[in-house]
Amino acid sequence: MRNAQAIPIRHIPLLPVEEFCVEVLEAVLHEARLSALFCAPVNGELRLFAILAEDRLGVLHALSAPAGNGYPSLTPDCPQAHLFEREIWETWGVTPLGHPWLKPVRFPARNPLGEAIAGPEIGQARFLEALGEGGHEVAVGPVHAGIIEPGHFRFLCHGEDVLHLEISLGYQHRGIERALVNGPGPRFLQHMQTLAGDTTIGHTLAACQNLEALSGCRVPAGALVLRAMALELERLANHAGDLGALALDVGFLPTSSFLGRIRGDFLNMTAKLCGSRFGRGLIRPGGTGFDLDNARAEAVRAHLAEVFPHCVEAVELLWSTPSVLSRFERTGIVSRVDALALGLVGVAARACDVEIDVRQDYPVGAYAFSHVPVAVSQTGDVAGRAFVRHMELLHSEKFLTEHLTHLPAGSGPCGGFQASMGNLAPEHLAVSLVEGWRGEICHVALTDSAGRFAAYKVVDPSFHNWAGLSMALRNQQISDFPICNKSFNLSYCGHDL
Amino acid sequence: MPLVDHNAVHWGALARAALGLALCPLLFGVINRVKAKFAGRTGQPLLQTYFDLARLLKKGAVYSRTTTWLFPMGPLLGLACALAALCLAPLGGMPGLLSFEGDLFLFAGLLSLGRFATAAAALDTGSSFEGMGASREMQFAVPAELAQILGLAALAQATGSLSLSEMLARIDMVRWEAAGPVLALTGTALFLVLLAETCRIPVDDPNTHLELTMIHEVMVLDHSGPDLAFILYGQGVKMWTLCAMLAGLLAPVRSGDPLLDVSLGVAGVFALALVMGVVESSMARLRLLLVPRLLVGATALSALALILLLR
Repeated sequence: MRNAQAIPIRHIPLLPVEEFCVEVLEAVLHEARLSALFCAPVNGELRLFAILAEDRLGVLHALSAPAGNGYPSLTPDCPQAHLFEREIWETWGVTPLGHPWLKPVRFPARNPLGEAIAGPEIGQARFLEALGEGGHEVAVGPVHAGIIEPGHFRFLCHGEDVLHLEISLGYQHRGIERALVNGPGPRFLQHMQTLAGDTTIGHTLAACQNLEALSGCRVPAGALVLRAMALELERLANHAGDLGALALDVGFLPTSSFLGRIRGDFLNMTAKLCGSRFGRGLIRPGGTGFDLDNARAEAVRAHLAEVFPHCVEAVELLWSTPSVLSRFERTGIVSRVDALALGLVGVAARACDVEIDVRQDYPVGAYAFSHVPVAVSQTGDVAGRAFVRHMELLHSEKFLTEHLTHLPAGSGPCGGFQASMGNLAPEHLAVSLVEGWRGEICHVALTDSAGRFAAYKVVDPSFHNWAGLSMALRNQQISDFPICNKSFNLSYCGHDL
Repeated sequence: MPLVDHNAVHWGALARAALGLALCPLLFGVINRVKAKFAGRTGQPLLQTYFDLARLLKKGAVYSRTTTWLFPMGPLLGLACALAALCLAPLGGMPGLLSFEGDLFLFAGLLSLGRFATAAAALDTGSSFEGMGASREMQFAVPAELAQILGLAALAQATGSLSLSEMLARIDMVRWEAAGPVLALTGTALFLVLLAETCRIPVDDPNTHLELTMIHEVMVLDHSGPDLAFILYGQGVKMWTLCAMLAGLLAPVRSGDPLLDVSLGVAGVFALALVMGVVESSMARLRLLLVPRLLVGATALSALALILLLR
């Protein structure tokens, strides 16, 4: 199947569970990536689903198997499955037999009345331990010194060297996937816009593409272009903010102060399109909530043309300052082999010379007729991740300027901003991939016989990439953790859902 | 012929010490203002540190149950050491409150004792962060102290005196012409020591909130209220003292008029604060592994200065 396409569930191969595992492992061995692995009820029976992405061909494969009580774990041969398997075990009680580190992913909210809820007490978890002389553990969080989200980091150290970092998240678990079952309800869009606040456009776009695929709705060209522009503006704002934050963490003030301000400019451009700096309410099923006339497009273009040179200047200052380069280079290296094994996506993967980008590999919407080059770096270190962001800033600006100058004309068959939505097709599965600013966002929707959601699976890029941060810290200095962390800049709530 | 009476208490220096006590918090204001200018921001008020000190002194302190008497003693001893060091330091070629032959060793010892007090208080909390900070501080102190002692020794050799006040009183334009390279090497080494001792970029980042990268800030995380005020003020006094010495070395302009000389000395101190602000604005912090190398570099400069004199 293709990106943003719906297929009937009965067309998905239903294999015996052992064969399912073999198929998945073979596919991963042959350059496929595990985009999603989850359990969903189909006709009263629990099934395992795997969404495999073949980036070279731009095709997606869906496989399924009856879940039963357990299945042979994929993790020992396919590390990218480790978090998915833990999640399945936690949510459905389906045990991956032979999983090397089986523990819950999340902490479910406690009932204030103190009633028993399955799942661990908040903050209670097992951790890896290092034995032997001279080692010590440093625990950071879940409450941090900055105003960031909660997450617990456990460093196993020997002096200043980090042997291993274990990341324990789940404090932000809100039960969104559970709330979406039997939807889409009136709060569907609200849920999607707040999956991860900094990726409002990315997640809402992925969700709307699913609804449109399931209902067979054709989105007008004007809306497609406006959506892509909003996605690129979101990328500009976040990449600029991240590069500024990286500069701040190494104590380099000029870049950090200027990019902090410029990030606000990019957010204001989004606000000019839809009235919200984070793009709330812009993307709706069937199109966009706002139209874009030439005057406003011109205003945004002029603002961009004024701000962007300052942004580039501030970023280039990073590369021309030796003290900054000495901090960025050879810090937090992830090898290409590790990146592929862990199934990293987005900026983190591209910095390790893994050339994947949903906009190129699975183009839909405006990207189908307007190519955005893929930015890669070979080094896999903090400098690599910063460089990929820098390149993507340039590419996104080019894309935006081009489309703001040439808006699709009129409200004919290719203009307009909103099409009407039909009912969702019953017993279908739709997969929608979007290249958010962090990386690949994957939404999978399954409908039941009444055309309601039987299950809705969300995979934020952070879900793949947190393991990459752990790897990046191995044999590094513990004092380099903040810039490694910032160079990934992953979402806590997007992971916890 | 000594320019400064030995083994004497210089009552006239009381006013100069009081000047240092009153003006030292302003140094932070100047540095922050310079950084703000570079960053294109307005910046906090120049007098912000005074407000902070007043606010902290009004507060109560919170003590963890795991701490002992060592913990509240850290800030007290730290401030006492800084004040004692201030008494020894000359300003604008005029002597400090106390001077005697060999007081430069007492000076270096006082700074070390202050450091020990802070690190001991940090270890007393039993926190893994503070332990990490204390270990870093002590690790970096080894080359920093060496660089400082060797630098002062070079100055002693160049001027033929073992007293800080006498040493700096003897440094003037004539001596710069005679032993310029030696004084320049020593000055550079002492400037690097100044950056390390006062926890500024590139050695430490006083503004960071990232506990894993901190050196000095992480050691004082558990202190609050008046204790924190003592630490902050102690830092200011230390910065003033070191800046006053360095300014006396680098800009030995002597007019003979005590008032003018002191004003020039104060101007030198603030000029150094300005330079520190510029350094902080224009470069990133060093990787922690490289900090000892920087300080060993400072030691090498001091040693070279000393060797040039002894050949």
